[in-house]
Amino acid sequence: MILALLSDIHGNLEALNACLKHARNAGAKRFAFLGDLVGYGADPAAVVEIMMHQAAEGAIVLRGNHDDAVANPASYMNDSAKDAIDWARQALSEKERVFLARLPLIAKEDSAFFVHASANAPERWNYVDSPAAARTCAEASGCPYTFCGHVHHQMLYFQRREGAMSAFRPVPGSAIPMRGHRRWVAVVGSVGQPRDRTPAAAYALFDLSRGEITFHRVPYDQLAAAQKIRAAGLPASLARRVELGI
Amino acid sequence: MTERIVPGANIDGFAIGERVHSGAMGDLYRVTHPEHAQPLVMKAPRFRTGDSIENLLGFETESVILPQLSGPHVPRLIAAGDLTRTPYLVLELIAGENLETRMRRGQLPAPEVAGIGASIADALHGIHGQGVIHLDLKPDNIMDRPDGSVTLIDFGLAHHARFPDLLAEEKRYAAGSAPYVSPEQVEGTRHDPRSDLFTLGVVLYEMATAELPFGIPTTMAGLRDRLWVDPKPPRARVPAIPPWLQEIILRCLEINVDARYQTAAHVAFDLRHPDQVALTSRAQKSQQAGVFAQVGRWWRARERDPGRGARVAPALSATPVIVVAIDTVHPDDERHAAIRRATEQVLSVSAEFRLVCVSVLGVFGKSADAAPANADSDLHLEHLVRLRHWADPLKLPTHRLSLHVLESLSPSAALLEFARRNHADLIVLGAPGAAQRGMAWWRSVASTVAAHAPCSVHLVRVPERRTPGPTDDAFISLDDLPQ
Repeated sequence: MILALLSDIHGNLEALNACLKHARNAGAKRFAFLGDLVGYGADPAAVVEIMMHQAAEGAIVLRGNHDDAVANPASYMNDSAKDAIDWARQALSEKERVFLARLPLIAKEDSAFFVHASANAPERWNYVDSPAAARTCAEASGCPYTFCGHVHHQMLYFQRREGAMSAFRPVPGSAIPMRGHRRWVAVVGSVGQPRDRTPAAAYALFDLSRGEITFHRVPYDQLAAAQKIRAAGLPASLARRVELGI
Repeated sequence: MTERIVPGANIDGFAIGERVHSGAMGDLYRVTHPEHAQPLVMKAPRFRTGDSIENLLGFETESVILPQLSGPHVPRLIAAGDLTRTPYLVLELIAGENLETRMRRGQLPAPEVAGIGASIADALHGIHGQGVIHLDLKPDNIMDRPDGSVTLIDFGLAHHARFPDLLAEEKRYAAGSAPYVSPEQVEGTRHDPRSDLFTLGVVLYEMATAELPFGIPTTMAGLRDRLWVDPKPPRARVPAIPPWLQEIILRCLEINVDARYQTAAHVAFDLRHPDQVALTSRAQKSQQAGVFAQVGRWWRARERDPGRGARVAPALSATPVIVVAIDTVHPDDERHAAIRRATEQVLSVSAEFRLVCVSVLGVFGKSADAAPANADSDLHLEHLVRLRHWADPLKLPTHRLSLHVLESLSPSAALLEFARRNHADLIVLGAPGAAQRGMAWWRSVASTVAAHAPCSVHLVRVPERRTPGPTDDAFISLDDLPQ
């Protein structure tokens, strides 16, 4: 069974569709969306529609901080993020807003734990951006495998013998064995707003039977997505980010 | 641990036979399985209080890396036991003897050292090309196959470029085998393929002299000597060792990774072509560096912060072996200049290359009594001189260039075989020009090489000169247009 892990879609319909197609071609049978479905991008409603459909078919769909901010405006966000959320709020229907507000923060299945930010106090949106943060996250999840997003860079943390974790920057397209006797935290990257100077969308596939994870980068029409952001009157910096992957 | 691996037991369908080897990390048993006809061995970790997890880490590393490797230079992994239940690895049994056994019979003559050494370098090039660094090369782990090739075993300390390094930050874990380990491994660096080349140098040294260049250090302080002490030159121990072999060995054993060979393919090349080894002062060294030089190195090693000063090995693609085929039978061929220009362009983007110029002489139609006995060597020399003349404008240092005249009934087959044996990354050769296009022989060399080459092929064609003819009427000069 191959599970597709997608996070931080941020209203980028072009990137989402490209990743879904790539994952289906790779044999993905199940999907987990790790939050931040909206914010920044120009297609919040279309993305939420797809998520409602996916959830009805049994996909894991979690709430991220941007999804949360639609109902509960967040004071910590910078101006362009806030502008994008304000815009998304009016672009979404009541039904879509309720769907976002009711999404769970975490999901747990067998040996895997899914969360948007960190398993340690998920509602506080802590970043898993260091081996120390990954260790806290893995200990809180209590599972061999923890999958998260929030940080827009792909990273694989693995537990060393004495419990501390090490960081490994995965090579896209290369399957990595993850033996279940040690703990792993996979940060799957961002579908809709990568920030490592590579515009290609990021997601990961977890092959449960083989115990292997493969991080992927999927090229998509980022110029079209950026153009939509400009046309919607959203901050130009958000269009630039999508265009250049910055 | 629920199941014990002992002779007579049956684990996951594998019937355990006799114990064939007992090492520091574990035991090796012959095993059989109804679904596997070939001879197999099972490797099982030995548990001692306090160190079992360390052993398991090597097992985990090997069981993760081995299935990723292919080719004749690694054993095939048949099965791996669950690490949390019954850890074991089942591997194909490698026929042949390990180098340790062979070396116990004493020092080996230079041609044999070069032959085995080149096979080890082939094997290292094979795994390096797949992103794996062995990091625990030693005669115990080198299996000599009956066909002269070499298989590397025991990947428990290996590093894979595309996997998390489970051993990188395990400080208590051994860096390698004390007599063979490279200076940078002593410092904790595990991602440099050139570490294997240093260790290959130790093995070559040991084969040639029957002595270990650095002895057998037993303390960390003794091991750190690796960072500044250079070995006694091999020729100071065994005067019969030729200068070219000492050059190769000492270049492998350079403390500074940048001064070493940069790829295993380059080592293999020199070991196979002693006459092409560029000799430096290394070849003539008769004693170790003086006290002052060693103190200087010691001081620099102390100052160096291995974390901050981590040197990055050049990518294999930046260290190519480039084979250029030149038709020296026709020295006036207009393609020669074009091939040189193309070669210059290729070399301009490669930092660490080896340019190998080859001329293949067709020997068809030659009868034994047609020429006096020394004519062959005269002919050979003449073509070598022409090759050198072709390469001269490139102004390459001798260690970057080598020249070869081959004789063969089939030039394309000879070229392909040469490229394969020498791990060529690129073959540059002339495409048939207008004059040769009608000749089946020319077409076949370029197209056969392009079709069957083990690497990329760069076909160079001299642009056709337009000759005025009836069809040119279609082109109208701007001057002819109405003003």
